[in-house]
Amino acid sequence: MALKDLFSRDRARRQALVMGHVVPAEGRCVQCGICSFYCPIAIDVRRHAWLGEPIADSHCLTCGECVARCPRGVLRFERTSIFAELSEAA
Amino acid sequence: MTARYLIIGSGVAGLAAAEAIRQADRSAAITLVSDDPHGYYSRPGLAYLLTGEIPQAQLFPLRETDWRALGLQRVTAQVTRLEPAAHRAVLADGRALSYDRLLLATGSTAARLTVPGSDLPQVVTLDSLTDAQRILDLARRARAAVVVGGGITALELVEGLRVHCRRVHYLLRGDRYWSNVLDAAESRLVLERLAAEGVQVHPRSEIAEITAHRGRVAGVTTTAGEHIPCDLVAVAIGVQPRVGLARAAGLQVERGILVDETLRTGAADIYAAGDAAQVYDPRTGKATLDTLWNIARGQGAVAGRNMAGANERYIKPLPLNVTRLAGITTTIIGRVGHGLDADVVGIARGDSETWRQLGEALVAEDASEVNRLRLLVGPRTLIGAIVMGDQRPSRPLQRLIGEETDITPIRERLLAPHAPLAALLAEFAESLNRQNALS
Repeated sequence: MALKDLFSRDRARRQALVMGHVVPAEGRCVQCGICSFYCPIAIDVRRHAWLGEPIADSHCLTCGECVARCPRGVLRFERTSIFAELSEAA
Repeated sequence: MTARYLIIGSGVAGLAAAEAIRQADRSAAITLVSDDPHGYYSRPGLAYLLTGEIPQAQLFPLRETDWRALGLQRVTAQVTRLEPAAHRAVLADGRALSYDRLLLATGSTAARLTVPGSDLPQVVTLDSLTDAQRILDLARRARAAVVVGGGITALELVEGLRVHCRRVHYLLRGDRYWSNVLDAAESRLVLERLAAEGVQVHPRSEIAEITAHRGRVAGVTTTAGEHIPCDLVAVAIGVQPRVGLARAAGLQVERGILVDETLRTGAADIYAAGDAAQVYDPRTGKATLDTLWNIARGQGAVAGRNMAGANERYIKPLPLNVTRLAGITTTIIGRVGHGLDADVVGIARGDSETWRQLGEALVAEDASEVNRLRLLVGPRTLIGAIVMGDQRPSRPLQRLIGEETDITPIRERLLAPHAPLAALLAEFAESLNRQNALS
């Protein structure tokens, strides 16, 4: 892999980290716990989904494992509004 | 004086009610009684336990600290009798629990086959974690399994058993799978995928008898005379709301326990929610059954708040389920079908009667080899959709159908032959987002 590609992947991840978080959708989660089971740093993603709250945990890597593993499409990345506003203003 | 709340049933309706009561009344004495020794866990998650995607411990969403914060008294026992006038529930061991307000969240139970051999120990249904444990135990030792029935649970069993058994046979009464929700092409897609995964699909097959050898299942004989050797028969021919307690206590029962839009039964201080409840919907004038987890949760929460003194009407959300059918992620939203399914008696699990209240609608379809999108297009709004495979249109559709968005700007284009439905919907949803952001 070219060094340039490596940097661009890293940059994309860092951008996702600062600009987005994982958000659960209403009415889809059945608390099966697959998301929490596969989270590499053991965030209880399922609890957030039950409460309808975004994963605001500062340790979240936004690695996307929970988003990809959820069998019911509950989770997705969403831009955090504060950064959306900043980037639009820029 | 401390109010005493009794909840019968430890499914999501019961748990949601307990949470709502605790939020409204910090000092309430809440008792949750259930005959399920495992208490509260994710029943839909049992499908993923069967396939081995998650271990059993993962099915329990609440930790001990969560339970302590809720402050419930949890009792594992069977309630054998209600005494509505005395405000008491009598347990199998003779103890009685008194209440000021009672919630019946008794759920539903799988219908059984009635053919000869149905009571053999290797004939199983999937209601509970105990059932799933038993199925796994049998499946690990079985060479061949037969699954009979329809709806989501039948395929969960097929897919779970496929992981453990060399041969899995799926028997369908007719030619189609889930014929009152899926259309012919969707049903064919599911059955083709099952066949490709190595499942032996037997259309137009009905079990006449389950045969035994030394007291164990040895095979099934179909009404056409075919004999299929197997060690395990899994049955998913629908569920029946558990209404026995309510009926014996003189409460009004039809298919489920009848409740008004505030989830009250006709008896003083008794409420019902979840699979067991048949809930009056003022918008349609009908009382319907739903066996969807999120609807049970919503009903439990409203019942709990009302038990604690509120007078809230239950507004049924758009019935939605996301499931995997033969490995194809499928979202079912709103009204999409009609009629009866020959493989299911009454209602299946993970089902909504609303899905089959199809009114006047035109169908728009967009299909590729693996993805299918079917829209039910009403005069001004979308009234239902099925999204199979690519799930990108799923969330925009949940919103457009749920909010009854006026789709006039794109209606004609949606109904045009070979219309790129997913792209049109994405574009329309995006334009709505922009409008909302500006307003």
